[in-house]
Amino acid sequence: MNKGKRTTPSERCPAISFKVNGETRIVKAPPMKRLLDVLREDLHLTGTKEGCGEGECGSCSVRMNGELVNSCLVPVLQVEGADIQTVEGLTLHGELHPLQKAFLEHGGAQCGICTPGMLMAAAQLLEQNPHPGIVQIREALAGNLCRCTGFIRIFEAVAAAIASDDGRPATGPNTEQTRHAQEQTHHAR
Amino acid sequence: MAFSLRKSHPARSWSGALELANRLKTRIVGAAVPRKEGVDKLMGRACYIDDMVREGMWHGATVRSGIPRGLIRSITFDSRIDWSEFAIVTAADIPGENCIQLIVADQPCLADGKVNHCEEAILLLAHPDKHKLRDAVGAVKVEYEPLPAIFTIEESEQQDVIVWGADNLLKTFLLEKGDVDSAWARAAHIVEGEYRTGAQEHLYIENQGMIAEYSAKSGVTVWGSLQCPYYVFKALRPVFDLPEDKIRVIQTETGGAFGGKEDYPSIIACHAALLAMKSGHPVKMVYDRMEDLAATTKRHPSRVRHRTALDRDGKLLAMEIDLATDGGAYATLSSTVLSRATLHSTGPYLCPNIRVRATSWATNHIPYGAFRGFGAPQAIFAMERHMDEIAAALAIDPAELRHRNFLHVGDTNATEQEMREPVILDQLLDRGLKESDYHAKRAQYARENPASRVKRGMGIAAFYHGSGFTGSGEVYLNSLAGIDVTPEGKVRVLASNTEFGQGTNTVLTQVAAESLGIDYAAISMASPDTGIVPNSGPTVASRTSMVVGRIIERACSQLLALLREHARLGATYTQKEFLAACESYRAAHGEVVSLCRYEAPPGIVWDDQKYHGEAYGAYAWAVYVAQVAVDTVTYSAEVEDFWAVQEVGRVIHPVMAAGQVEGGIAQGIGYALYEKVVWQDGRMANNQMTNYIMPTAQDVPPIHVYFEQIPFRYGGFGAKGIGELPHDGPAPAILNAIRDATGVAFNAIPLLPEDLYAGLAATEEMAAR
Repeated sequence: MNKGKRTTPSERCPAISFKVNGETRIVKAPPMKRLLDVLREDLHLTGTKEGCGEGECGSCSVRMNGELVNSCLVPVLQVEGADIQTVEGLTLHGELHPLQKAFLEHGGAQCGICTPGMLMAAAQLLEQNPHPGIVQIREALAGNLCRCTGFIRIFEAVAAAIASDDGRPATGPNTEQTRHAQEQTHHAR
Repeated sequence: MAFSLRKSHPARSWSGALELANRLKTRIVGAAVPRKEGVDKLMGRACYIDDMVREGMWHGATVRSGIPRGLIRSITFDSRIDWSEFAIVTAADIPGENCIQLIVADQPCLADGKVNHCEEAILLLAHPDKHKLRDAVGAVKVEYEPLPAIFTIEESEQQDVIVWGADNLLKTFLLEKGDVDSAWARAAHIVEGEYRTGAQEHLYIENQGMIAEYSAKSGVTVWGSLQCPYYVFKALRPVFDLPEDKIRVIQTETGGAFGGKEDYPSIIACHAALLAMKSGHPVKMVYDRMEDLAATTKRHPSRVRHRTALDRDGKLLAMEIDLATDGGAYATLSSTVLSRATLHSTGPYLCPNIRVRATSWATNHIPYGAFRGFGAPQAIFAMERHMDEIAAALAIDPAELRHRNFLHVGDTNATEQEMREPVILDQLLDRGLKESDYHAKRAQYARENPASRVKRGMGIAAFYHGSGFTGSGEVYLNSLAGIDVTPEGKVRVLASNTEFGQGTNTVLTQVAAESLGIDYAAISMASPDTGIVPNSGPTVASRTSMVVGRIIERACSQLLALLREHARLGATYTQKEFLAACESYRAAHGEVVSLCRYEAPPGIVWDDQKYHGEAYGAYAWAVYVAQVAVDTVTYSAEVEDFWAVQEVGRVIHPVMAAGQVEGGIAQGIGYALYEKVVWQDGRMANNQMTNYIMPTAQDVPPIHVYFEQIPFRYGGFGAKGIGELPHDGPAPAILNAIRDATGVAFNAIPLLPEDLYAGLAATEEMAAR
């Protein structure tokens, strides 16, 4: 593939150094190239998806220095020295993250295209608030659009991941407890 | 959520009750096994079309018409671009026929001399650097002689400007039962109404895309985001004038479809393949969101007029329905969408006298296409909204009016199809009323609303959705599917039905594992590649679990019978013994493969001319209840709670089935309250996610899903269709709830706050006079 070679020879671009999933990477890319494209094209990390290219759908969500960002809105020059986490960095030693396990069990992923971004948004939430209620879950995921699930099973998956992470048994997909909590908080909002 | 499994069901309509009971004792069918491709999706390693790169790959782009209708006078290329770097394809480069094969061959692959909508493809460009394409597309100047264009059903039916055929009429149906004309004189009440629905965008989160390769030796190979590999296959053949063995279509992981990737992928596939042929390189064409929103198909806008006669007891005497859709610039699937709309327009009710006149009109909008429900949501919106207007006119509770008119076993519907399978609408409605506490809430809101800024209401929709292709459609499809065991000992499901989130891989594997008596994990899906799998029909029309599932089930039984006869497979066996039997069969007889063709259930008779007979092999039934709050200061309508009770036959996978229902309801809420395609001179003006608004995690209510399970004898392990059904009910249930909350009849969707404001303000003004 000779993509990019005719117009912006990458040798002439500044080298940008940052960490991706714990590993230091150096890329030569035009400074305004979107982080999304650098991840997908230069680093071949295609788990991060493009849905809209204007920061509305959240499919390209990655974590940058502990913040959730839309990688389609971040020019790569801004990531110099940054710490980036993508969906490829969620698994630990080949073991699925509790969120990934819960999404699998509770039907949180259907077509899968919003899933990497959704997982990063959920991971961000749990890092900031290990015990969110349904109101916080809805709010944290409101920037990530899913057209398949109607979000219900995603809420349940996040709730189940919280429970499993505490060492408590994971709640089933239809437990009265999660349903009840969801209804209560919904009516309260 | 709750599941109730009816252990026994009315024996009246069943001769094979015992056989069915045996099929119900299942290990894997009915269990929430892990999604087959789930781990790949969760780890971000599932390969979608834009994740794929081919050696030496170029990128393609489309030059589109900027005007709704006109003659192309000239095409010029701005000299600021070095065009020698580009591959350029026009209609003149098409080796075969310049048309996209579907039902009618009216849509060109590339415009040749004239354009009929704003997004019509005129010319294609490819370049090694995708970033050079945008500028190049802008540097192609097309001069037109504009022609008058039309954009509404009304403009098209006036026939002052003819934009398609001799009369603008893409398709018409007339469905008649009994004698409508003599019924009006006997009626105690006559109620009329007009109902409208807007265009809706699928908004799958993965945009459409394809990669194509061409060589003289192997012909055209296409990978892409699509629902129906064999539709694309059939579209490529005439364009390239190549034999079957020189065309190959492979579905890549597909990020949502909802009908949007049923017909349109044929166009991108042809375009990418033409560029590949011209450039000598593999070519990737992936639309960005703005192009996808503007150029690809949408749900047909509709206008439905009802005139209904009722007797003194509120029983339906006659229904006269005039149903019209905007089909857009080319015929595409408008005829079949109109057919399904016609067949769902009378609702799940018994009525002796019916006349439905249905028409689909050409305009200079983009061609409308398939979208989950396929005409039924439009028709059901009108019918169910109209039922509440009848209830109001007769001062009967909307639930009671429905009870009085429901179809029952032995009744005939509009096409005089006798209901031979169980019909449990009364039970579904009662369950919906009970779970939602409908009556108590209605009484409570009636007391509280007059003094409250927020007005609450409850609304119902009752409906059916026909599973599978209409009438003789499944017989014509003649689907072929089955199972094989590779020399490496891999057991594979062979079907062209595709996974795009709805669970095809999982459900068909469950069916095979159950039938063969081996582990779910031991079976995989063969690649959805026309070079590998037989044509088991398109992945549309809620047909996969029911129709293809049943074929797979039969193919598995056939394989077991072969192994028992020729490879000494015992009455009971372990997985190891099963695989050993396969190997011994292979040694003696060659390959281990079992394929079956579709077999129609007995008694299916359909008259395509009169629209009379068994319109569908099976119906899924549902009653949905919405609780809605309307804020009379902000004019926002919020769905606060939602109950969905349905009978879809056997539920193969409880978590995925509930997920289908919840997702369909969310999409239906968007259809009712959020999603508006804004047209400007035939072009979508809000083709961005910023201003085409779908429900978010903050907008969906709790959704309570209930399945009553009555296994359908001729469906895969008792399944009927489920995928489309949940899109049919939310819009009418929500607008009926708003009627209940405000007392105002809103008869058009989408219903945005400005529409609510206009309607409520007009009513206040009337009251003040």
